[in-house]
Amino acid sequence: MKNKKPKKEKSGSISRRGFLKGAGIAAAGTVIIGSGVAVLESRKSVQNKDFEPKTINISMKVNGSIRQLNIEPRTTLADALRNELHLTGTKVGCNRGACSACTVWINGIPTLSCMTLAIEVGDREVTTIEGLAKNDRLHPLQEAFMDHDATQCGFCTPGMIMTAAHLLEHNPSPTEKEIKVALSGNFCRCGTHPKVIAATLDAAKKM
Amino acid sequence: MKKIKLPHGIPDYNLGEIVREVPNSEPPALPVNKKLKVIGKRIKRIDALAKVTGSAVFTADVQLPGMLYGKILRADVPHARIKSIDISAAEEHPGVFAVHIFEKRYEGANPKKNSPESGYPDVIYAGQPVVGVAAVSTDIAEDAINLIKVEYEPLDFVVDLDRARKPGAPLVYQTDVDQEASSGGEDIEEGLKSRGNVRGPTTRSFYGGPRGDLEKGFKEADVVIERTYRTQVQTHCPLETHGVVVDYNRGHVTIYASTQSTKGTRNDFAKTFNLSKSKVRVISEFIGGGFGAKHSLGSFGVMAGFLSKKSGRPVKLMLDRKEEHISAGNRPNSVQFMKLGAKKDGTLTALKQLSYGTAGIGLGAGVGNIAQAMYECPNFKTEQYDVFTNAGPGAAFRAPGNVQGAFALEQLIDELAVKLDTDPLQLRDKIDKSMIRKVQRERAVQLLNWKKPKKAGSDPGPVKKGIGVAQAHWPRFVNLDSTVEIRVLRDGAVEVRSAVQDIGTGTKTVLAQVVAEELGLKAEDITVLIGDTLFPIGPPSGGSVVTGSITPPARNAAHDIKTQLIELAAGELNTDTDNILTENGWFFSKTDNSKKISFHDLAGKLRVEQITATASRSDDYGGFMVGTVGFEELGAVQFAEVSVDTETGFVKVDKVVAVHSCGRPLNIGQIESQINGGVIMGIAYALYEDRVIDENTGQQVNPNLDQYKMPFTFEVPEIQIELIEEYGARSSTDATGIGEPANIATAAAVANAVYNAIGVRMTELPITPSRILAALNKAKKENNE
Repeated sequence: MKNKKPKKEKSGSISRRGFLKGAGIAAAGTVIIGSGVAVLESRKSVQNKDFEPKTINISMKVNGSIRQLNIEPRTTLADALRNELHLTGTKVGCNRGACSACTVWINGIPTLSCMTLAIEVGDREVTTIEGLAKNDRLHPLQEAFMDHDATQCGFCTPGMIMTAAHLLEHNPSPTEKEIKVALSGNFCRCGTHPKVIAATLDAAKKM
Repeated sequence: MKKIKLPHGIPDYNLGEIVREVPNSEPPALPVNKKLKVIGKRIKRIDALAKVTGSAVFTADVQLPGMLYGKILRADVPHARIKSIDISAAEEHPGVFAVHIFEKRYEGANPKKNSPESGYPDVIYAGQPVVGVAAVSTDIAEDAINLIKVEYEPLDFVVDLDRARKPGAPLVYQTDVDQEASSGGEDIEEGLKSRGNVRGPTTRSFYGGPRGDLEKGFKEADVVIERTYRTQVQTHCPLETHGVVVDYNRGHVTIYASTQSTKGTRNDFAKTFNLSKSKVRVISEFIGGGFGAKHSLGSFGVMAGFLSKKSGRPVKLMLDRKEEHISAGNRPNSVQFMKLGAKKDGTLTALKQLSYGTAGIGLGAGVGNIAQAMYECPNFKTEQYDVFTNAGPGAAFRAPGNVQGAFALEQLIDELAVKLDTDPLQLRDKIDKSMIRKVQRERAVQLLNWKKPKKAGSDPGPVKKGIGVAQAHWPRFVNLDSTVEIRVLRDGAVEVRSAVQDIGTGTKTVLAQVVAEELGLKAEDITVLIGDTLFPIGPPSGGSVVTGSITPPARNAAHDIKTQLIELAAGELNTDTDNILTENGWFFSKTDNSKKISFHDLAGKLRVEQITATASRSDDYGGFMVGTVGFEELGAVQFAEVSVDTETGFVKVDKVVAVHSCGRPLNIGQIESQINGGVIMGIAYALYEDRVIDENTGQQVNPNLDQYKMPFTFEVPEIQIELIEEYGARSSTDATGIGEPANIATAAAVANAVYNAIGVRMTELPITPSRILAALNKAKKENNE
């Protein structure tokens, strides 16, 4: 069967046209891309969740504020943060707990957000890379990462920082070996490990 | 034309000056780094803040209003004819906006005849894209994918390099095939014939073809060594998978792409969808690594294009980790039959190389030009064959070919040194005519307090230590299609604009440094807007070409801007243009220091909102050195120290010393970072990584990061880097890249160190504990006999 068959609208399920109408309230706005060029988008959003399985409303405390979410129960915390709350600093590298790029804190404990359902979080507090700097003051580890050139492509960086920052909270003067243990699950293909370790040692000195 | 005097040579060695005739438009010679303020320093990455705060927007992070999520149904059989595809249930699924069936294959080699009767292309590897779905979420797109029914008629398949070469093996392609090489630096010779699954041989590179007379060379030899080496398939594993967001909007297409070539992605899309290049815009601000695999639009990009066109909405299609492993590129494996002849004094008399490798359904499985180019050897011949297998297509991968080639060549040279009972560095002094590697070896001897290595395997006790050395060769490539525009705005802002992308190497920062140096500013004063084809086209990030290609035009355009500003300043300060000096953000009168105006205030006097200058890469000063080896190649020497536990077979790399050069170094921290990356990737290649395909099912059995073994913090050794400045007087910045050379020698150095530790040659990668134990047992048996 070819894919150019006429579209028929089935009763009982939501129709395409109906769906579009229903989605009409959502954002039309300006997307600023980092290269400084503004792209004006006027199309309607389709981020409507009126599908089976039914979506549910939850609230979640993220980076100090309570956020409302309307998600499918199967939505991972990583997807909820990234796609619903637009906190895209948290990265997904493998989506099965093998690379730690998605590391966030739940009640201060480093957690793989790709292996956690958003609905599991409950009333615990989530901290992401976006919430690590306090009152516009960078965490010393963020400063140290910049000073030591501990980023290359930068995709593993948020996970590295969330993991190492937790170590420093609990162990203010870690040895190199303790840092290696803490970061032993964080994958980096560019090879930032030596500089990540140096940056963490340096940040510990400055904290 | 004018004559300028440029620094030439290596500081503390033979630094001098050379006069070159250059076009009048070229800026004055840049002095050596010691005399500069911004270039050659440890300047913080200008995009580091975005990376450490999570505000950097990668393609995976792009969200557009109305955006859909794409997902691909991939064939789960390695070789089959498609009898039917039923997408009706997927189309009806709520939340699905478009379904598209591929009518042809958009990857691998292109058979000249490809018109399957069914209307669908044959499946030739497990993982080949068949149907795409765009829906309101990835989860729903996946639900819909599961509703699609594809009926396959299975065909015989072959995934193993050796089996595929045998007569009667199932054929991947029925006809001769060709494939365009990517901009990643892999060699693909056009028009070669196939016999069965074997295509080739390639016998030439841009260094030329065979030399001399092999037979005569081997006759002259006192020592002849013959060895077979095997290397595995390695997957790129960038942490951000391949992916795009395609917004096909009434004939105007905007593509956000995780790509190493905005230009290549744009051109691929325009060609595939029959659009003018001016209707396709590719944006790539942050890229989560690439390592050679992200040079083109990719079949997933084509699919996203169709889905966006059909749905009229932006479609994001990021590969998942399994798709990344099975379909998005890999370093082809190799078997290399090597034969080396040498005289007692070490002089090489003959070198013969015969190789087979498989890039799956693609081409580019050669073993590079390192055997041909690194050492002086009058009689040389290489035959490099591509072998097709029913596996995902290979791709350029950090120093394509030469990493595989170095593993064989550098062990062979090491073995020769052992046979001749000579120091491996002294042997190389004799046979290696590269000036830069000579200096690198000298530097390493001082640094390491180097002595001839101890007798192999002579450590007492079960854990034996060893040291090994290997060298890298990579040509200094330049891409002339490299253009930069510089703008100064009335508020004093300086913008660098180019389509060139920064894949994590630090291109943004080196551009800012070069422009800041020229304009008397700081790197952080410069706004670098790159990775967007609305700007002038830049080079692809591959083959270590970017720095040497894009920084000279950046400096030239900045110089043009400076000339315009000096004219303005001369008018404002009532003096001659010759009398204006620019420094630390000020324009001074040389003769009267009190006469000055700041960069910011001067920009405020512009007649229009901005002034602009554009420059493209000019030819190399002194002419291109096509096909010559030597002084200005990107050579390197690396040393590895290992511990081998002869009871468990476990190898640990304790330390790597990497001695490198890349012309004029622009940013020391970034160069170190790339060398670290190349070394770590080389260790992983030596000891861990291995794509394994089950011969019974044709499926990769380790397609994720928990199964495909990778180095983490504990596998990363101490890495000591020695960087040697080298001035070749070849361009207005005289800088080159470092990505490839950093990765070439490491695996060979590790293998040589393992030999030095245990006295047994490991000729097959990866060097796993089981292979170590097997080799030790075999050696023990042979000794007993």
